Amino acid sequence: MSAIVSLRHVSKSYSRGQQRVPVLIDLSFEIAEGEFLALMGPSGSGKSTLLNLIAGIDQPDTGELIVAGENIATLPERALADWRARTIGFIFQFYNLMPVLSALENVELPLLLTDLSRRERLARARLALDMVGLSDRLDHKPTELSGGQQQRVAIARALVTDARLIVADEPTGDLDRDSASEILAMLQQLNRELNKTIIMVTHDARAAAQASAIMHLEKGALLEREALDSPAP
Amino acid sequence: MVLLRLILKNTLRHRLRTALTVAGLFVAVLAFGLLQTVVGAWYAGAENASSARLVTRNAISLVFPLPLTYRPKLAAIDGVRATTHANWFGGIYKEAKNFFPQFAVDTETYFKLYPEYLLSEDALRSFQRDRRGAVVGRKLAERYGFKVGDTVTLKGTIFPGNWEFIVRGIYDGRDAKTDTNQFFLHWNYVNEVMKKTIPRRANSVGVYVLEIDDPSRAAQISLEADRLFKNSQAETLTETEQAFQLGFVSMTEAIVMAIRAVSYLVILIILAVMANTLSMTARERTREYATLKALGFAPGFIVALIMGESLTLALIGGGLGMAALLPIAQAFGTAMGSLFPVFYVSSSTLFAQLVCALAVGVIAAIAPAVSAARVNIVNGLRHVA
Repeated sequence: MSAIVSLRHVSKSYSRGQQRVPVLIDLSFEIAEGEFLALMGPSGSGKSTLLNLIAGIDQPDTGELIVAGENIATLPERALADWRARTIGFIFQFYNLMPVLSALENVELPLLLTDLSRRERLARARLALDMVGLSDRLDHKPTELSGGQQQRVAIARALVTDARLIVADEPTGDLDRDSASEILAMLQQLNRELNKTIIMVTHDARAAAQASAIMHLEKGALLEREALDSPAP
Repeated sequence: MVLLRLILKNTLRHRLRTALTVAGLFVAVLAFGLLQTVVGAWYAGAENASSARLVTRNAISLVFPLPLTYRPKLAAIDGVRATTHANWFGGIYKEAKNFFPQFAVDTETYFKLYPEYLLSEDALRSFQRDRRGAVVGRKLAERYGFKVGDTVTLKGTIFPGNWEFIVRGIYDGRDAKTDTNQFFLHWNYVNEVMKKTIPRRANSVGVYVLEIDDPSRAAQISLEADRLFKNSQAETLTETEQAFQLGFVSMTEAIVMAIRAVSYLVILIILAVMANTLSMTARERTREYATLKALGFAPGFIVALIMGESLTLALIGGGLGMAALLPIAQAFGTAMGSLFPVFYVSSSTLFAQLVCALAVGVIAAIAPAVSAARVNIVNGLRHVA
């Protein structure tokens, strides 16, 4: 399988007062298309920063970062925004839905950046919500949905643009055990049935066990990459 | 359409906050409009003055009269089409608080020079025939219930005694700007009484009004008029009617300036309040804006969201303020009585209200919109409202 993500000597540091604090140090690796990768590591290991770089919402200090065939480290802001809209589906820990919009409108939101007509947008949004089992909650606002349901709306929002790469930052971190299992099963289904590449940051070993590979980071360096032959059911 | 829907939903998100902000804007825009109307009323006399009329008065002060003998000399000046004269009467109707302007006028000529006072031919003739006759403005008649045939007694302050007048006509204004709060009586009647009681004050005139052919020659004719009486016992000062009226306004210029300043201050205060509200709102929604940017929305979309919300608030509050101005101004004008003889809301005041509301909407949104548009996505996603 070809690589959808390719990092070559990527480094990233942050300023803290006068000091530069390295977060990622000379990372080089690839992620194959269709992979479900779990990023694990202790707090401060740089896993969320790595995810942000791959998703194009942050820029590396040095190195080459090619995602979906585009060297995003060199893209200007406007082009990077367009690229994200086309390529990336986001799933956040706290769902990040627009509270004033219904589930259907939230899912329709990324499609506003396409040329689709309103009718087409709504048809796609309904289909995406149907795929996550929320076809009976179209008009519900986020506050009228449970945490698990909100995360499913967020998954539908990530799916609706047919993004090649889905990035999930602790997608089960705010959910109870049953809801977390549901969401992980859904991600697994997306990966297997729709061949979506998923990169998931998690602290939870049980959640990571659902992935096809686990990458361990520590102090900004790649510690280990572990392939899981048969993810846990 | 989606942008508009999102703007509207965001506007109604915190209903109490929205209601209070709209209420603030409503009060500010209304107060601005009312204060501007008051300023306008102050200048109404000058604004409505005819450019074809000059006023000649005593050069020392308006308090000092001019001899009646000046009139033919003024009438003979090249470019002067007609002349008339008038005296400030200054009587009290029942109580001193019932103030309204009273002028003793030359009944044969006065109304010819003031075509904006609409008086029927019959009423004018009836007024001219009766030396004790009077003509009152429509607003004044409505205020005190004067009807044709009524006797009105004024207690003279400048011209001593109790003076009885019979209302012979009620004049209307040509438009809303015309002062219909005045009371006109016969100069001849006052003069005859003066001849008998205080002869030294007879045959004297407060002001002459000159109608000129060409308003562009106003300065030249004024100079010529004043030259005629140079080094006489009663030197004159001739000026355009507008300059004459502005002379009165200048006596209270500080008050007018204060009112004007307060009207703009009210707008500045609501601008600060609105900017604060929007900043607070934008800060609370930092994570939403970061999410929108992460999804691929351009900073311009976020600017449009905040600007749209701000303009919606401003237009609702401003619109309500504009709608309320007409009835409130009418009630205010009535309550003020003769203090503001001409009190009406001009289209320019309504336009200024709209401009102020829009300006508040735009300016208040600039800082929060720019700040939200520049939000760093990573930091914004971590933001806790």
